[in-house]
Amino acid sequence: MDVSFIAVQLLSGLTMATLLFLVASGLTLIFGVGNVFNFAHGSFYMLGAYLAYQTVSAWHGNFWVAALVAAIGAGILGMMAEFLFLRRIYGRAEEGGFQILLTYSFILVIDDLVKMIWGTEYKSLLRPAGFQGSITAAGVTMPTYNLAIIGIGLLIAVLAWWILARTRPGRVARATALDREMLGAMGVNVPRTMTLVFGIATALGGFAGALAAPLRSVTPGAGIEVIIDSLIVVVIGGMGHFWGAWLGALLLGEVNSFAVAIVPEWASVVSYVVMVLCLIFKPEGLFAPRQVRKA
Amino acid sequence: MERDTDLKQAVLWLVVFAAFALVPVATASKYHLLLAAHILLWGLFAVAFNMLWGVTGMLSFGQALYFGLGAYSVGLMVKHVGPGWFLPGLGLGLVCSVILSLAVGLLIIRVSGVFFTVLTLAFGQLAWQITFRWYHFTGGDDGVQGIIPPGILGNGLVYYYFILILVALAIWLMHRLSQSPMGVLLRCVRQNPSRVPFLGQSVRFSQLRIYVVSSFFAALAGSLMAGADNSIHTDMLYWTTSGEVILMSVLGGIGQFFGPFIGAGVLIVLQDVMGAKTEYWPLMIGIVMMVMVLLLPRGLVGEFQALRVRLKSLVASR
Repeated sequence: MDVSFIAVQLLSGLTMATLLFLVASGLTLIFGVGNVFNFAHGSFYMLGAYLAYQTVSAWHGNFWVAALVAAIGAGILGMMAEFLFLRRIYGRAEEGGFQILLTYSFILVIDDLVKMIWGTEYKSLLRPAGFQGSITAAGVTMPTYNLAIIGIGLLIAVLAWWILARTRPGRVARATALDREMLGAMGVNVPRTMTLVFGIATALGGFAGALAAPLRSVTPGAGIEVIIDSLIVVVIGGMGHFWGAWLGALLLGEVNSFAVAIVPEWASVVSYVVMVLCLIFKPEGLFAPRQVRKA
Repeated sequence: MERDTDLKQAVLWLVVFAAFALVPVATASKYHLLLAAHILLWGLFAVAFNMLWGVTGMLSFGQALYFGLGAYSVGLMVKHVGPGWFLPGLGLGLVCSVILSLAVGLLIIRVSGVFFTVLTLAFGQLAWQITFRWYHFTGGDDGVQGIIPPGILGNGLVYYYFILILVALAIWLMHRLSQSPMGVLLRCVRQNPSRVPFLGQSVRFSQLRIYVVSSFFAALAGSLMAGADNSIHTDMLYWTTSGEVILMSVLGGIGQFFGPFIGAGVLIVLQDVMGAKTEYWPLMIGIVMMVMVLLLPRGLVGEFQALRVRLKSLVASR
């Protein structure tokens, strides 16, 4: 193993980590703020990929416009899912289980609707103009598109942190996580906040799907692969913790990238091994603060 | 699910048992016999699953792991050792399911609620991945075909009655368990876990015990399924199998002991009628799941009972 091999794997792991982070942060945001577990989050990722494909190939749109369409489309559909369905079961006995079942039914419905609209065959997207080449620096060659993804991911992470930590909407979101009733008594429209948070989170997922489309093929099964990887990320990072999702994605992305290069056949098993190890030694999540251990 | 020692219910279930016993008399079609066997085995799987969720409040999205474990220990035994090793494979599957569910259970009962569900899902998918990739041992995506039960069990009719008796015995055992003091304790774990220690009992130990019991019966259903279908496939381990058994329970009603069995029957008949006509079966079951969760959360049996109670009180108030 030489240095350039390690550097290439590190960078490709970082690309994967960025995409995972975009999906997992949405998942963790919905859970942290609304205490809703969105099993169908991967399906919004998949929808994003298809919306981007549709915009570029059928309407000849620019790739970046397509990514924006994907984010907005997934966000609107996410808000509709929350407003029309999920909202009806808040506060019901054994809510957690029913939430999982309801969002599971979203997966089944969205997957089949996508098959009806776009068919089952693989779709592919070209990398956007200006990001088709690669850069070689210090003996390491890296596609510029991957570097762009990493850059965008960092930008979104910092922006999201800034909004959550420093602005009023962010404070409202965090307050929703702590005490909904008190927040409502103070004149904040809590149900609307929940719908908006859901929309932002699914928009992040859809955006990640669009960004990933040129790297992976677009298939109806993409959502399921992604949701399981993001679940592992949030388990590793500690559910509901923003930076935990980032660190968990980083860890899983890097481990995966090296596993693909070293033991290609068993790469998909390695992620689970990481999760099991993490679970044995720190079940509340590697990066969760000590006292947090929600029931 | 509350305790009931209703004699009427016992009679009702004897009638259902007799109906299943008479299926081979009523129809000579092998297909209908297989359908009845599927209802029995999925019914067993669903009742075992509901011991976890409906009774104890632990929603597992990974019971396919044990269902597949039972099926694969029979299938691989027949494939690698010899066709006569069907029953030892069945026994091995049951032993393995206890050992594995103890090991996995010890890890995952450390978390509760949604986290528990996520972890069961992850372990189930891990088992699926391994089976899928380990081609030369498990047959990967091709599965294993030609699993014929040995000796007299090779006869379809005999094998059907073999299944019927084992399923009836297993469901009766679980019913006994749910009516026993342990069953009451399990309900207490669901309804008020913080009070369980006041009774001198341990929440985690109760959860671990029922997790092992449920997994054991899931493995039994899976291994019998291998003989009924004469084949096994990686889909038996896939998470949609776990999803299907959850849907059966919700459909029938998680609040009743026998609800999941009814749900399994309804879903399998529905699949038989609709599945042939539509390629969008997942869409159908997605919509069914949505309707059940949003409008009929008590399930068919639960809503029926609620309706009956309402009618009775209506009549009584007149």
